[in-house]
Amino acid sequence: MSELLFTQDAYGRALAELGEARQEIVVLDADVSKGTKTSTFAERFPERFFNVGCAEQNLFGTAAGLALMDMMPFASTFAMFACTRGLDQIRNTIAYPRLNVKVVATHGGITVGGDGASHQALEDVAVMRTIPNMTVIVPCDAPETEKAVRASVDWPGPVYIRLARAPRLTITDKDTPFSIGRGTIFRRGDDAVIIAAGLMVATAMEAAEMLAESGIETTVVNMHTIKPLDVDLVLELAQRTGCIVTAEEHSTLGGLGGAIAEVLSEKCPVPVQRIGVQDVFTESGKPQELLDKYGLSADHIATVVRQVIMARRS
Amino acid sequence: MREEVLSKPKGSLESMARNIRRLVVQMIYEAGSGHVGGSLSAVDILTALYFHHMKHDPAIPKWPDRDRFILSKGHAAPALYAVLAESGYFPKEELMRLRQIGGILQGHPNMNKTPGVEASTGSLGQGLSIANGIALGAALTGKAIRVYVLIGDGELDEGQIWEAAMLANHYKLDKVTAIIDYNKLQVDGPVDQIMTLEPLADKWTAFGWNVIEINGHDMGAILDGLERTDQLVGGPSIIIANTIKGKGVSFMEHSVQWHAKAIGEDEFELAMKELS
Repeated sequence: MSELLFTQDAYGRALAELGEARQEIVVLDADVSKGTKTSTFAERFPERFFNVGCAEQNLFGTAAGLALMDMMPFASTFAMFACTRGLDQIRNTIAYPRLNVKVVATHGGITVGGDGASHQALEDVAVMRTIPNMTVIVPCDAPETEKAVRASVDWPGPVYIRLARAPRLTITDKDTPFSIGRGTIFRRGDDAVIIAAGLMVATAMEAAEMLAESGIETTVVNMHTIKPLDVDLVLELAQRTGCIVTAEEHSTLGGLGGAIAEVLSEKCPVPVQRIGVQDVFTESGKPQELLDKYGLSADHIATVVRQVIMARRS
Repeated sequence: MREEVLSKPKGSLESMARNIRRLVVQMIYEAGSGHVGGSLSAVDILTALYFHHMKHDPAIPKWPDRDRFILSKGHAAPALYAVLAESGYFPKEELMRLRQIGGILQGHPNMNKTPGVEASTGSLGQGLSIANGIALGAALTGKAIRVYVLIGDGELDEGQIWEAAMLANHYKLDKVTAIIDYNKLQVDGPVDQIMTLEPLADKWTAFGWNVIEINGHDMGAILDGLERTDQLVGGPSIIIANTIKGKGVSFMEHSVQWHAKAIGEDEFELAMKELS
C-alpha cells in the first residue's frame, strides 16, 4: 500500500496471466504497445498479438472481426485516440452488435502531463458512457486495474477500461472488494459524500482526512464503474447525507459527475457539486502541477465539500 | 475443391439474379426509401456468391465452417436481404417489411436482427477491417474458411479501407477476397469528379494485393474471378468488378439520382416490366 505503481503495468501483467488459461484472448495495439504494456502479452503470446500500426480505426474494426470468430479481443491505444479516432468503429461495429471486445485505453486524463492537451483525454468517459451496450470502468490504482481486467473477461459484451500514464498511489490491495457495477465505500461519515473515480479516489481520501480534523465526517465512495452506475448506492447515500460531491480526472461535463447529477436530479434532488476539469483545453506541465492548477486537489475537494454542506443547510 | 453449396437455384444464376432485382425494386418501393442504384449494381456478385460459390448452409446460419460474407457497403442491404431470403435464411414475406418498425430488416445490416447477416455495417469503410479480423481468427482456430467482402467505390475514399489494405498484406491474409462494386457513381456525383480513384488497380497492386478486373454483370466472369482468387496464395486478393449503378432498369442505369430515391408507382411498374 501507499506505493506508486503503474496501472498499465498491472494491465499487461494481468493480460499475460489470463492469456494462459483463456486461449480465446487476443490482443491488438496501434503502435503504442510499449506505452499500453500490451507488449507484456505480446512477448508471451506473439501469435495472438496483432499490431495494426498507427491506425486506430482499423484497430477496432479488426478487433470486431476477431470477436465474430469467438475470440476475445483486448484492443488498446491511448484514451484520446480510442474515444475520438476510433469512435465510429467502437459505436457502430463493436457496441451496436454487442461484440465481445474489451477496449483498454491508457493515458487518460491530465496526468499524461508534458504531451499537452492533444493527448489529455478528458471526454472519453462521457463519450463511451452514452453508447448503448457499453460498460465503462475507471480503476483507482494498479491492484484495482488487475481486478477490472480479470472481471471484464467474464462480463459479456463491450467494456471500456480507462487507465493512466503516470503511476498511481496504491490505495487498495488484493482483498479490497471489486465488482463491476458496485461502488465501494472506502470511508464512512454522515456530513457529506464524496463519490470519486480513478486517481481522485486517493485525493478524496486525503480530503476526507483534512475535513475530519475540523469535525466534518464524510463518506468516500470509489465509483470505479461509471456505467452501469450503482444507482442504489448513490440514492441511499444522497438520502442519508443530503449532499454529494463528485471528483474525477475528466471534464465536469458528462462523466462521473454528469452521471450522478442525472440520477439525483430525477430521483433525489440534493445539492451536487462536480469536481473535474472545467470545459477547457488543458496544457503541458508536470502531473502534480496540472492537478493543482485545474482544481483536482484535496484542498479543493475539502473547500467544495464545505460549500455543499452550506448549500444543503440553506 | 469447394464443397457443394447447399442453396443452388433450380434455374440459371442469371434468372435468379433477375428475380433478386425484382425483389430489390419491390422492397424499396414498398419501404418508400432505400438505396436502389447501388443494390442493383451488386446483385450479380451476390447471386454468384450465395447461389454458387460460397460454402454456407441456410438451415444452420451459424455453421462454424461456413464462408463469411461482409457487406461493407451496407446501404446495398436490400440486395443482401433478397439473396438471404431466397437462400432460405428467413421467410420471403419479411422482405416487404424492409425499414419498417419492429421488423428484422433494418435500413442497414444488423447481424443480431437478421439471420444470415454476418456483421453490422452501414458506416462506410469498415468491412475490410472486419473481414481481416475474421481471417485472423480463422487462422488461429484452424478453420479453413474464406472471407468475402463487398466494398463500394465511393467507400474507397474512407481512410480505414487503406489501413485495412495494408494489414491484409502485412499479415498475408490469402483467405480474404475483396470485391469492389465499381459502378463509377457516388452520392454526390461521378466518382472521377468527386474523388479520383484511378489508377485503382495500380493502387491495390502497390498495396500488395493480387488484382483481377472483371465485368461485374457477366456471371461467367464473376464465377471465374472468384475461383481464381481462391487459388491465389501468399496474400489477399481483390476483384475490381466493373458494374453499372441501377443495372437492369433502363432509367436507373448510370443515374446519380437513383442512389437513394424513393420509387414512384409508375416507376415501379415500368421497372418491374423491364425486369420480367
